[in-house]
Amino acid sequence: MNNSKVVSSIQEAIQLAGLKDGMTISFHHHLRNGDYVLNMVMEAIANLGVKDLNVNASSVFDVHEPLIGHIKNHVVTGLEADYIGGAVGRAISRGVLEKPVIFRSHGGRPSDIEQGRSPIDVAFVAAPTADTMGNCSGKYGKSACGSLGYAFADAMYAQKVVVITDNLVPYPLADFSISEIYVDYVVQVESIGNPAGIVSGTTKITRDPVGLVMAQYAAKVIEHSGLLKDGMSFQTGAGGASLAAAKYLKDIMLAKGIKGSYGLGGITSYMVDMLRAGCFEALLDVQCFDLGAVESIRTDPRHREVTASHYASPSVRSSAVDSLDVVILGATQIDTDFNVNVHTDSNGYIMGGSGGHSDTAAGAKLAMIIAPLTRARLSIVVDRVLTVSTPGDTIDVLVTQRGIAVNPRQAELKQRLKETGLPIVEIQQLKQIAEELTGAPQPIRLGDRTVANVLYRDGSLLDTVKNVD
Amino acid sequence: MSPDMKITKAAAAGTMESSDVYVEIQPAGQISVQIESVVFQQFGRQIDQAVRQVLEEHGVTGASVSLNDKGAVECVIRARVETALKRAEGGEN
Repeated sequence: MNNSKVVSSIQEAIQLAGLKDGMTISFHHHLRNGDYVLNMVMEAIANLGVKDLNVNASSVFDVHEPLIGHIKNHVVTGLEADYIGGAVGRAISRGVLEKPVIFRSHGGRPSDIEQGRSPIDVAFVAAPTADTMGNCSGKYGKSACGSLGYAFADAMYAQKVVVITDNLVPYPLADFSISEIYVDYVVQVESIGNPAGIVSGTTKITRDPVGLVMAQYAAKVIEHSGLLKDGMSFQTGAGGASLAAAKYLKDIMLAKGIKGSYGLGGITSYMVDMLRAGCFEALLDVQCFDLGAVESIRTDPRHREVTASHYASPSVRSSAVDSLDVVILGATQIDTDFNVNVHTDSNGYIMGGSGGHSDTAAGAKLAMIIAPLTRARLSIVVDRVLTVSTPGDTIDVLVTQRGIAVNPRQAELKQRLKETGLPIVEIQQLKQIAEELTGAPQPIRLGDRTVANVLYRDGSLLDTVKNVD
Repeated sequence: MSPDMKITKAAAAGTMESSDVYVEIQPAGQISVQIESVVFQQFGRQIDQAVRQVLEEHGVTGASVSLNDKGAVECVIRARVETALKRAEGGEN
């Protein structure tokens, strides 16, 4: 019996895995904008002369800009992701890829992989620590990223699995996340990523007064929503205003002696602070955003790694979003029907994606968007979003610095909030207030070629993204 | 209002921060306005109109104006152009 799966290079692993033209390969994004692995693997593949690959990456960041070259050289002819940053997104919007990109959500991606709708031939797992048989973890090593939540479906369902690590340890790595039973090959490299891009040293609360006003409103909406009681569960993003809202919420919970159940999602050190302060019993973590979160998931048993499926899949028996009470989310645009765009910017260029946006909005009892009423002379509220990322019937409240709009389908919540003296207005009014300041914009021109299809979490087509001329 | 303002030297006003505009003015025989804007598709025409209106209000007949706009609202654009004009007007070089 071979007692090591370690092979000498990425190239050797690719050859042993039998990668051929037309296959699908996959990557996960816990190393975020510090990731070296996707680029290293793609370069090795290009050198081997393999073409016509479909790349399924849980997210694509600006560091992955070399992908554009591989697309131009037809090494990559298909791309699927939950999020695509502005650098690659711009090239996609300009039509570099013939086949439309497939956008999924963080819950839809593992769901489609597990249901066999999105098969993977070879999965590449970037592992901050791995042993010689492929047991691996994100909690240890110089490139520690904490949770490996998004990589599980890839590892469990791909035909072949290659673990790439810069911290190879003797067998067995007892505290593994992904088990050796799924792993075919292990490759040791000098470095899998740049720590400065993997996790931020600190994620910061906004000091912008507009952001603080919004955060205060958001915390008050939660306070008066009827959901702020023992057992409440909560998710928030890593944006400055969302973090500030979490801080105000923490103050309210501590003042009222309320003990929540769990914090969910991408976890920041602010959520860790809330756990330690007794605001939650547990954190369920699919991705760590900063060093404080990485340290906590390594040392605190109440801080649990969860798979992307456990986080948000719509096709498992239950996922954590199903039990979620409150989620705070961002938006680049929201329309008067409460549909939210987080895929494209105001000129139509791809610069983001659902991530867990539509999953948490569908699951949470209170899905709240927090956004400044205008950004750079553009109203956040529009008649029709350029791209529907999250359907309006799953969004409950929009918080801006100039007022709070409640989705009409939440009549009881609206009445309840009105009685608190919060500035509750109609969403159409917010659009008016914004346009009095900005003027009425001319509509932008988009091409008629589809460059991306946005799939909802159940796999249905939610919207299409058109090219930008 | 200073009627018939004469532009005698290059000057600038504003910043490249989001929601601001950076305006540069140079002496020229006639009016020309160049606009680079993150919201050009949505507001290019309005920006051009606002700049030309400020020039007219000050009686400027010769100036080359270029804007690098990061999404400033109209009152900010007008204020920045006006400041740049005053800095570019007469006096010592």
